[in-house]
Amino acid sequence: MPNKVPITVAVNGRSHSAEVEPRTLLVHFLRETLNLTGTKIGCDTSQCGACVVKMNGVTVKSCTAFAVQADGAEVTTIEGLADGGNLTAVQEAFWNNHGLQCGYCTAGMIMTVTEIIERNPNPSAEEVRAGLEGNMCRCTGYNNIVRAALAAAAAGQGG
Amino acid sequence: MTTRIFGSGIRRREDPRLITGQAAYTDDIKLAGMVHAAILRSPHAHARITSINTDAAKASAGVLAVYTGADIEGVLNPIPCAWAIPDSDLKAVAYPAIASGVVRYVGDAVAVVVAENRYQAEDALELIDVGYEPLPSIINPEAALADGAPQLHEDAPNNQAFHWVAAGGDTDAAFADAAITVSETINQQKLIPTPMETRSAIASWSSAMGELTLWNTTQNPHIARFVTCLVTGVAEHKIRVIAPEVGGGFGAKIAVYPWEMITAFCSMQLGVPVKWTETRTENYVATTHGRDHVEYVEMAADANGKVTAVRSVVYAGMGAYLSTAAPGIPTILHGLMYSGPYDIANIKADVYGVFTNSTPVEAYRGAGRPEATFLLERLMDKVGDAVGIDSVEVRRRNLIEPFDNNRDVAIGITYDSGNYSGALDQLLGHIGYDQFRHDQEHEREHGTFRGVGVACYCEICGLGPSQVAGAVGFGGGLWESATVRIYATGKVNVFIGTSPHGQGEETTFAQIVADEIGVDVDDVEVVHGDTDTTPMGWGTYGSRTTVVGGAAVALTMRKLRDKARVIAAHLLEADEADIEYEDGQFFVRGARDRAQSIQDVALQANVAWNLPEGIEPGMEASTYYDPPNFSYPFGAHAAIVSVDPDNGHITLDRYVAVDDCGPQINPMVVEGQVHGGVVQGAGQALWEGAVYDDNGQLLTGTMMDYAIPRAHLVPDIEVHSTVTPSPHNPLGVKGIGETGTIASTAAIYSAVMDALKPIGVTSLDMPLTPERIWRAIREAGYTGNGHGHSHDHDHGHGHNH
Repeated sequence: MPNKVPITVAVNGRSHSAEVEPRTLLVHFLRETLNLTGTKIGCDTSQCGACVVKMNGVTVKSCTAFAVQADGAEVTTIEGLADGGNLTAVQEAFWNNHGLQCGYCTAGMIMTVTEIIERNPNPSAEEVRAGLEGNMCRCTGYNNIVRAALAAAAAGQGG
Repeated sequence: MTTRIFGSGIRRREDPRLITGQAAYTDDIKLAGMVHAAILRSPHAHARITSINTDAAKASAGVLAVYTGADIEGVLNPIPCAWAIPDSDLKAVAYPAIASGVVRYVGDAVAVVVAENRYQAEDALELIDVGYEPLPSIINPEAALADGAPQLHEDAPNNQAFHWVAAGGDTDAAFADAAITVSETINQQKLIPTPMETRSAIASWSSAMGELTLWNTTQNPHIARFVTCLVTGVAEHKIRVIAPEVGGGFGAKIAVYPWEMITAFCSMQLGVPVKWTETRTENYVATTHGRDHVEYVEMAADANGKVTAVRSVVYAGMGAYLSTAAPGIPTILHGLMYSGPYDIANIKADVYGVFTNSTPVEAYRGAGRPEATFLLERLMDKVGDAVGIDSVEVRRRNLIEPFDNNRDVAIGITYDSGNYSGALDQLLGHIGYDQFRHDQEHEREHGTFRGVGVACYCEICGLGPSQVAGAVGFGGGLWESATVRIYATGKVNVFIGTSPHGQGEETTFAQIVADEIGVDVDDVEVVHGDTDTTPMGWGTYGSRTTVVGGAAVALTMRKLRDKARVIAAHLLEADEADIEYEDGQFFVRGARDRAQSIQDVALQANVAWNLPEGIEPGMEASTYYDPPNFSYPFGAHAAIVSVDPDNGHITLDRYVAVDDCGPQINPMVVEGQVHGGVVQGAGQALWEGAVYDDNGQLLTGTMMDYAIPRAHLVPDIEVHSTVTPSPHNPLGVKGIGETGTIASTAAIYSAVMDALKPIGVTSLDMPLTPERIWRAIREAGYTGNGHGHSHDHDHGHGHNH
């Protein structure tokens, strides 16, 4: 067996220590070791964005990071967004605007839209679409994902 | 009076689990003691297996077992095809779950490894040593049928899987008499469905009970159970298939695949639960593809552009084996739709199903109807050009006049209801068609090339009457069922045989229930996707779930309302004939204060302390609903595009859809279905296509190479509707899940050709990539200033298969 490496990662505010193979992908660590299966795997070439999580404040594709790279990091997954029953504005906007159908891309979409709005609190539809370039959806035609993003941004403006 | 819940765009009731990461898809499920399978797949399109050595793999860390084709022989039966088109000389060739002797496409299974974890299973795959003797291969379905082509199956000479002809009228005479005939060669390129969730299965065998439980990402768990029974030999009542959360299907999760049967085999051999999940790269070769037609199509018309006949010769690629429903797609779902929304007296479809050394073809969103719509719309444009009339005018001269109850068409089917010109009129108003044409002429003079494409469609869905299913060789019924139970607390469970996976029926079916019996929509929970807990049904595909399954729910609610009325009369000490119902209340006519709510009645029915004579306890009913006809949604779509003549880049500027699916239960959900369908169809027109090299290697084998639409490539889709109820089902509804792909490929293609018309480019293969457009513009002699180019040079057709 390959040597295992000890890592400690804070995921959704909770510290986890584990020994992982160096080749273990972050997404597999989250899904298989921590049982946080809300983060999805949609491809194996970093195209689809279903696996997007936040690591140290920025979004990363967790299929393109090794678990060992997250050693000492703070990671937020889809499970860590809602505060108890209180959805975030982005989650609420996805629900209100029918921004999902099968739901498989949704975790990655919500993580990415959250970051788009953090960087640009008042994005145009065009800016949202550009920001979603690394996230694929096959159900919605992106229409209502863009609507949800704009609605979430508007809600964040106190609107 | 509150707003009627039927017709309200309420937000979906399934969403909270999906937006919080709490939903469980197949790969999210873990069972105690579960181990992991990985499948070794052929790297050759066609080869003889000369040797397999699994010793090193078996000795690899964590490996429990390695199985090859020899191990499944006599244990796992071949994968059956469930759609045996009659009178077509269909060759039901053997489709072994693991190849033995010969592999027939890149992706065919050669061996399976089971290991303690996925990484170990993948490691061991690399240690299996397979000797191959490569054989010649063939990918293009027309070429595969030709003399001398490499042969896939001994019992299918010339690779012919079937030959099917459907005709109405006298097509040959109509062509002989025609003032105008036009023709086209259409490559309906092979497409890769790409649901965001790849395929996955978990099999758990109980040797003590002889029971198999199969978690399977499927659109039709009951069909999956039936086929699993045929393949594994486990009796049907000892198999439980669970479709948990399913991450999109688009037809690719209809088939019962070898892979979940292999997974079941492994669990039955080892006595532990086994999980198998595709990688995306694996998905692109191992999960079914769509379309793949080479079509020679013709249309005949009189001098005024009134179409008199349409005919085709179609070579439909089946891939290497016949997938579950594959033969029905280019035939029943394609050839029978050659009238579309038009009045055409003479029709002939001549369709060859052909084996090729590629991934098996199955239903893909629209399944046959996008291909039919595309050829009709393509030919309609050409008739318009030949007569010298506008593309909208030629359509208008051929649309079937409005009708509200049954219209026979020449090919021998009966449309339910339609107002095709009504949809077209509304569309033209929304896009400002006349103004666009006016502006376009001016722009062309300045070297700006914009185009508009209009597609009218009518499609067959809501599959379908079981008697017809039997007559056309479908290996099952197409009815649907629902069981509804109202508890003593007044809360409601709806158990359905269909299996939604993104279409929102947990919400829309709850709306039907709430509308029919006056309960709050939040008091209704819809249960689906588990053969042990839901009544038999045939699944979610062919835009049938709401049309057939929704009707079963509505009829069940009416049964319960009738029962509740009897109980209410008894409780109110009134004559049943004097009981009226409104908004969940049963009351004595003329005395609204003498009332029992549905919740009151449900409580009494469940405790059964005081029921009228002859009334059984409980508040539960079931319906098995077999529709008397299919449903025929229709509409008109328009695309506006810009083409940059310098680099061939196409911008999709605007897209407007007018669809008619009858009364809408939830307009927000309907709109979402149209959005997604339109963009998927745009993918076929502009970006998508499975490309193989001469050796049968899939070159578009990852998401890097196969270009599904992305957010920045598409505009906001403008969605409108007309409402023409279907006379054939109790809700009047028609399907909406496939209309987008059925119309949009044709509309966008037509728009691009319209934009290129002044340059002299008249025909191109899809997808209309910038390179193809740029080359065609150059070949047409366009000089870059919008003037001085040749109009008489028709760009020839490149065949890129």
